[in-house]
Amino acid sequence: MKQNLEKRLWKWLEGEWEPLDYLSEPAEVRDSSRESLKEQKKHLRESIDRMEHTQAVVRAEQKGFYAFYTLTAVICCLVLIGVLLYSVANVSEYGVENPLTMEVVGRYVSRGLYETGAVNVVSGMILDYRAFDTLGESHVLFTALVCVLILLHRDRKNMLPGVEDYYTVSRENYYELSGDPILRTVGMVLLPCIFLYGIYVLLNGQNSPGGGFSGGTVMGSALIILSACVGFARTDRFFTRRMITLVIFVSLAFYSLAKGYVFFMGANGLENHIPKGVPGTILSGGLILPLNIAVGMVVACTMYGFYSLFKRGSIGEDGTSLD
Amino acid sequence: MDLTGVFRIILLVLLVICAVAVNLTRSLLQSVVIFMAYSSIMCILWILMESPDLAITEAAVGAGVSSMLFLMTLKKIRAEDAGEEPDDAGQRDCPPVPEVSGREKDI
Repeated sequence: MKQNLEKRLWKWLEGEWEPLDYLSEPAEVRDSSRESLKEQKKHLRESIDRMEHTQAVVRAEQKGFYAFYTLTAVICCLVLIGVLLYSVANVSEYGVENPLTMEVVGRYVSRGLYETGAVNVVSGMILDYRAFDTLGESHVLFTALVCVLILLHRDRKNMLPGVEDYYTVSRENYYELSGDPILRTVGMVLLPCIFLYGIYVLLNGQNSPGGGFSGGTVMGSALIILSACVGFARTDRFFTRRMITLVIFVSLAFYSLAKGYVFFMGANGLENHIPKGVPGTILSGGLILPLNIAVGMVVACTMYGFYSLFKRGSIGEDGTSLD
Repeated sequence: MDLTGVFRIILLVLLVICAVAVNLTRSLLQSVVIFMAYSSIMCILWILMESPDLAITEAAVGAGVSSMLFLMTLKKIRAEDAGEEPDDAGQRDCPPVPEVSGREKDI
């Protein structure tokens, strides 16, 4: 056996044979016609035994590897769980005032309404005190849309050559209609309510829970339901790619111009010349309402753009008529 | 413990069950549906934790838009029935690859 191993090692070093490549071990060439039946049987049994042995070795090794992988995965998970539980245990208890974290919150709660004019303190926080964060979030959404557009957009240059015909594919996608009457009926009944709810949440961001992100998402969902119910042909009438680009650009530019000065003024802000209005009405909160609308537009367009790109690989017609 | 506390604990247990079940289900479609359930439970939990802003966003994004994007991705990669018996679903709608004849190659 030892000699055999040595021989194998040399064979392996010379590249004739690999340890794991058991089945391709060169069979000894035998002149079978000269051997008796008994010898043939014996050789056959030997080779079968050898094969079974090697297979058992391979199986045991695989088992060992699998056990090792499972063990490592379990250990990693346990360590991660431990770290998470440890950090959670150090978080201050829910609802209990913590002097370390309550200092800023106290300022927001006590003077937020006076300084921002928004009844909803959260809205005043994210769109007045920390509006620059929200600007970054809007740009993150825009960047995500651009990335999806780069990856999934299908035009003449971005299709499998010879397999897909641009005009056929785009025409099929353009006129695709949902044939399900239940979906269409329920959608048409629900759509005005969803749109109205989205607009309500968007416009009342400074008075009640909601605001740009929530309202924009609800409106984006409504747009998605609309295009799923009545087909893209109807939504493309007003939602071309040019339109979406324009809306997002105007919203982001307005937001950047309105709030970007905070960054350059050393985060001090300027005097707010917009009247704050009566707290509780829609026209209150100064700059918060326009900023909410801008964020909502960006979010709604992004959601619809995601859906449209995932579904058919383009946002509306890009200016060229298909006919 | 009042009723809200009991309700909250039940929801938290359901949340953990959903989170584990997403990983353990074999069918991707079922995973997406369980993920939607997870988002809905999380939405109720946000309301119980007195942050309705997040609840609205969670309901719209988590249970609505992202699940739909998942479903459409599954449709694109044709993996809705991946947990069932393997058939030729992968090749079903693929356009045939055109054969390049010798003449075209020469051109």
